[in-house]
Parts: sequence; C-alpha cells; structure tokens
Amino acid sequence: MNLILISLIVLGCTGLIAAVLLYAVAQKFKVEEDPRIDLVQEALPGANCGGCGFAGCRAMAEACVKASSLDGLLCPVGGAATMDKVGDILGMKAAASEPKVAVVRCNGTCEARPRTSRYDGTRTCAIMNSLYVGETGCSFGCLGCGDCVAACQFDAIHINPQTGLAEVDESKCVACGACAKACPRNIIELRKKGDEGAKMVVLCNNKDKGAFARKNCLNACIGCGKCQTVCGFDAIKVENNLAYIDADKCALCRECEAACPTGAIHGLNLPPLAKKAKPAAAAPAAAEEGGNGKFDPACAAIIRSLPTKRAQFPYLQQMAQK
Amino acid sequence: MKTFRIGGVHPHDNKEFSAHKAITAVPLPKKAIIPLVQHIGAPAKPVVQKGDAVKVGQLLAEAGGFVSAPIHSPVSGKVAKIDTAIDAWGMKMQAIYIDVEGDEWLPEIDRTENLIPYSNLDSKEIIEKIKNAGIVGLGGACFPTHVKLMPPPGKKAEVLIVNGVECEPYLTCDHQLMLERGEQIMIGIELVMKALGINRAIIGIENNKPDAIEHMQHLASRVQGVSVQPLKLRYPQGGEKQLIDACIGRQVPSGALPIEVGAVVDNVATLYAIYEAVQKNKPLISRVMTVTGKDVKLPGNYEVRFGTPLNDVLEMAGGIPASTGKIIGGGPMMGRAMQNTDMPCNKRMSGALLMTEEESVRVEPSPCIRCAKCVAAWPMGLEPYLLAKLSAAQNWEEMEHLSIMDCIDCGCCLFTCPSHRPLLDYIRLGKGKVGGIIRARQMAAQAAK
Repeated sequence: MNLILISLIVLGCTGLIAAVLLYAVAQKFKVEEDPRIDLVQEALPGANCGGCGFAGCRAMAEACVKASSLDGLLCPVGGAATMDKVGDILGMKAAASEPKVAVVRCNGTCEARPRTSRYDGTRTCAIMNSLYVGETGCSFGCLGCGDCVAACQFDAIHINPQTGLAEVDESKCVACGACAKACPRNIIELRKKGDEGAKMVVLCNNKDKGAFARKNCLNACIGCGKCQTVCGFDAIKVENNLAYIDADKCALCRECEAACPTGAIHGLNLPPLAKKAKPAAAAPAAAEEGGNGKFDPACAAIIRSLPTKRAQFPYLQQMAQK
Repeated sequence: MKTFRIGGVHPHDNKEFSAHKAITAVPLPKKAIIPLVQHIGAPAKPVVQKGDAVKVGQLLAEAGGFVSAPIHSPVSGKVAKIDTAIDAWGMKMQAIYIDVEGDEWLPEIDRTENLIPYSNLDSKEIIEKIKNAGIVGLGGACFPTHVKLMPPPGKKAEVLIVNGVECEPYLTCDHQLMLERGEQIMIGIELVMKALGINRAIIGIENNKPDAIEHMQHLASRVQGVSVQPLKLRYPQGGEKQLIDACIGRQVPSGALPIEVGAVVDNVATLYAIYEAVQKNKPLISRVMTVTGKDVKLPGNYEVRFGTPLNDVLEMAGGIPASTGKIIGGGPMMGRAMQNTDMPCNKRMSGALLMTEEESVRVEPSPCIRCAKCVAAWPMGLEPYLLAKLSAAQNWEEMEHLSIMDCIDCGCCLFTCPSHRPLLDYIRLGKGKVGGIIRARQMAAQAAK
C-alpha cells in the first residue's frame, strides 16, 4: 500500500514539475504566428503539389500572408476561385489569372517517327535522354517512358500506347507544372487553356534544319515559315527552325493549320479542319528517306510491354541481310 | 603480385577472339567526317574552309583553349563542308566533311619505318610538339596529353606510370601495340621522361598478357630507370587512380589529380603517338582499335584513320553478323551501345564489340537485397546502392555530399549486383546532373569576380 502511495506521489510530483517547466519554456520561447496563415492554408486545396512554386500549401499560405499584394501568387490547382477566397481572408484583391493547361509539344507518333533502335535500359526518360538520342532519330521529341506520368499527382497525363506519346487529360490537369519540370526534353508547356480548351499549338519541338527534322519525323515542324506569312495577327514566330504561336495574339483563325505542309500545327479541342489536305503523297517517300529506320508496326506493342527485354537494332538485321 | 587495394571485380577477359591478331590498316574512306570534339575540353576551332584542298597531317582545327587539342586531317582531299554530323548515339556534333582524293601527305612527315631513337629537343620543345600534334589520352578519356605534362606550379612529377593494363575485357589493341611496336613505345617513354624531367618509369601490365610483359621487360632492360610491373588481373586496374595505387602504392585523394601524388599516367597507345609526333612529325591521325565479338568473322586489331565510318571497319572484320544484338563502342564494362554505325571513328574509339542477341539481353531488375556487393566492388569506396537511390529521388545535393564526382563510371557496381539493378544508369545520370550544378556554380562564382 505504502509502495503504491510513494510511487504515486513521486510520479505526480515529477509530472507537476515537468508541467510547470514546460509551461515556462513555452511562454519564454513562444513563436508568434499570424493566425491568418492557418485560415489561408484551409482555403488552399491541400494537394501540396508545389505548382505555385512553394514547397507546399503551408509555404504558399505563409507567402500569401507576408506578401503586400497577391500579384504573382497563384494556386494553379484551385485557380481564380481559391485565390479570391484567399484574397477575402487577407483583405486583398487577387490578381486576375487565366487558367492554364499542360500541352505536350510533340506529335511524333509511331507512324510518323521511324524507330531506329530499341532501348533496353532503365525505362525513364531522364536516363534515356542522358544516354543517347532515344529510340527514334529525333533528339527533341517525346521519349515515351513516362517521367511526366510519374510526376503527375492528378492522374492527368498518360502515355498513349497507340502513339507512344504523353497525352494530357485537360479535364484533370491543374497546370501545376510538375510534368514540365520532369520532362528532360522540355517539350511540355503550360499554355492558356482558352475558351472550352480551344487553342492553336505547334506540336513539335524540333529545332533541326527542315530536311533533317523531316527525315526523322513526318510530323515535324520544318521551320518553312508559311504559317508566319499567312498569320494575320502577327502571332507566329519562327526561330531556330521552329514555329511558335503566341497564345495572347492568336485569334484561332486556323489559317496556319491549313497552310502547314507537315501538319505540325494543331487546333486542340477544335473540330477537324475540313479542307486540310493531308500530305499523303509525301509520306511514303520520306519514310524511305529515313535511311536506317523503318516504320515498325509493333511499336505500340513494344511500349506496352515495358521494359523491353530485347535489345536489337532493326536496321542491323537489314544490313546483315544485304 | 601487386594490384590496387579497394574494390574491383574480375570479369572474364574474353580477349581470345582478337588477341595476337596483327594490326591491319583499314583502307581509306571515300568521305571522311572529322568531328571537332574528339577530346575532353573546349571544341577545336576550324581553320579550313569549304573547298580548301588538304593534305594528310594538315591542321584542320586549332585548339579551342588550354584544355583542348588541335585536329589534323587524316586524309587528303577537299573540304566538302563544315556541318553538323550525327555521333554514335544520334546526338549532333560539329564536323568537317572531306571528300577523299588520293593519299598525299605533308612533306615534313617521316613515313619510313626507320626507328629514330634519339632526340635533341629539350623538355619545352617536346611538350610543344605533343601539343601541336593534337595528342590526347588514347586510353579512352581523351584528356589532352600536354596538360598532363605541364604540372601546375608547386607540383612535381616523380614517376611516369605507363598504362599497358588494358583491363577492359575483349579489347586487345594495346596488347598488340606493345608486341608490335614496343620499341617505339619505349622511345615515347624516354621522351615523356625527358619532358617531365624525371628518371623513373613503371610500365604496368596485367598478367593475362605474359608475352607483352616479357617483351617489354626485354626492351626495358636496355633503358635506365624503366621497369615493368606485372599486375594481378583485376578490373578496373586501368583506371588512373587504381593503376597508381597498384604500381606505387599511393592513393590519389578525392577530387585530386594524379600529379598530387607525383605521378603522371599515360597509355601505351598515347606514348606510341608521342613517338610518332616528336620523332616523325606525324600528328595524331589514326589509332588502333579492336573489333571483336563471339560471332565476328575476322575479329582483330585494326588501324584506322580518324573520320573513317565505323561501317568500313566492320566491313573489314567480315561485316555485322546476323546474330548481333548490340554494338558497343569501347569495351563491355565502360562502353555504350551505339545507335548507328555510320558515325566516324575518332580518337576515343578504342574498340567495337559486337554482342550477340543472347549476350546483350539485360535481365529485369529485382529489389535491392542490401547485400552490399556493390559497396565491396566499387573501387572508389563509395556506396552505389545509395547513390542510385538518391539519383532516382533527384537528391542532387546529397549526392554531391557523398562525392558522386569520384565515380569513374567503371561499371563494377552493375556487374556485381545479384539483383541486376541498373545502378550505373542512375549513377551516371546523377553524376551528369551534379557535374552540371557544380559547373554552373563555378561559372556564377567566376562571373561574380
């Protein structure tokens, strides 16, 4: 009985002393924190995706509270609605922002881009890019290993097994930019979403000279400048053999799309262009020009069965047969 | 028998295919493509123009800086254009295209077989000649040789270590060079010793080449200060730091150059090129490379002029066998599978290994079982499994902290891993990224000054 009593007293006293000590320390080293940070954090989506440029939603909330105006601070996930809420809490006006979406600027499908080798290393774009040009001859295009897919927290980007390219699901994309950062070839761009998603994009990132670009990919931009000439809004610039459409100036007239000889310019979320003449006659000839490579109908199958167990050069066999 | 102390593996050497095959010259190509980057350092700057007629040995491009090397014409003919070309990995590089006409050499080049054993040149003149001949380390790294021969102030070279190790499996070009052109290599050694002002040289040769050891020992007995050190078979003994440890028992500190411990390392092929440059006025325009593989019809050691398409060399070796799955530039441990064979041979090209389909299959990786075999094998005393993991997590800072830059890309970690994990792939990626970060930091620091 006595023993129990003693232990109770000892433990109780220890606890009491510790409590007093802790209270004193807590008072002494108190960190003053703006209570609005918690409020702002609650208003943010809590995805911690880092799309705003900060380490997470908490860091973003702190930055918002500290900032004198909300210009330049944007939560891409929540968009304008969330920023308005944040603005209400802080008594500031949120800057108007236009919703953006990720666009994969490559249309080098299996049919258009002949495979020249088969990669059997680790299936990540970063490693493939550090080792060599990739399975096709194009050193600018999508590698199709899906580093962007792994980076996306919103399940908004996937590799299409039919084309071997990354495709963005615009309904899910929040433009956090994680995929753009993950892409070693910098082909993913955050672009203005546009009304109902309608926008004109050059789906190519190839800065090679025209002939070489076309040899490696039938859908490549060859930098011919026709689009620049037909554009009545001064929205297109050709630099380094590559056309780029300024989304702010583009009026969606689609003249460039009709004029593009290789079909590199696309109207996304727009009905197909009726009078668009496909360069069907040019296609087989250019494929022959492709030299080493040959269209490989099994391409889609290869991509599905990652990682490929076999390494082989299709063209090596051709050479050996010669 | 001596060897290095840390790590290392023992792959089967597979040298029997091309060993003791006499060095054969490859016929001149019709068109030569000469890349402007064939070395570590700044790209060379072209001094010829489209339409210029050039002779063999004529300067095509001058060095683009101190750590750089000039490039000479390996053929005679007309400069067709200076344009981009595709390298073995499909990446673009600047190159000079030459339409080959005849084989006309510059008159000052001594093309006779006569051995010229003595030189009246002093140290500075020898180094100047080496620099002007565009000589780079032919062991594979292609570091400009003249930089090695000019130690920074305060550092003194004590010993020249000659790399006749050829630890890469399959490759035999250095072995054959020692057997056929040992005398010239020996004169090259004397020239470098004179240039460095030292009187001691050690030739390291692995014991899987007993005839080369014997031959070089015989030749070295006539020269004062030169000795041959037979070494136990172990990969990567041909690595500069490993070889220094194996030969003189000194360890080069992390991040330092061999000169820190008083050693200068040169490959036998480099020394042969030095002999040719200094005694015969012949710049570096060709090298011996090994073409080998299980199913290759005529595996052997081929002397190629730079700019010759690899296809021509493979043609000499009996063409590409139908069973080929991968063609590797260099040896199997450090080489990389090539994307095309149209690319020209250059100073880097120590060999082409044609692997059959079965040999080249990469086994699917399984999870890491923490056996630490890679740690035991890594010759630089790093932890590959950890670095690979950090690289996958893109933690570049931590990788730099764990001295990723000490990695020599030897591939021991990948070779030894029982789970076939792609350690080297990730480590190379990380090394590239960290190297880029360090360079960017240095540039920023320089700009701030």
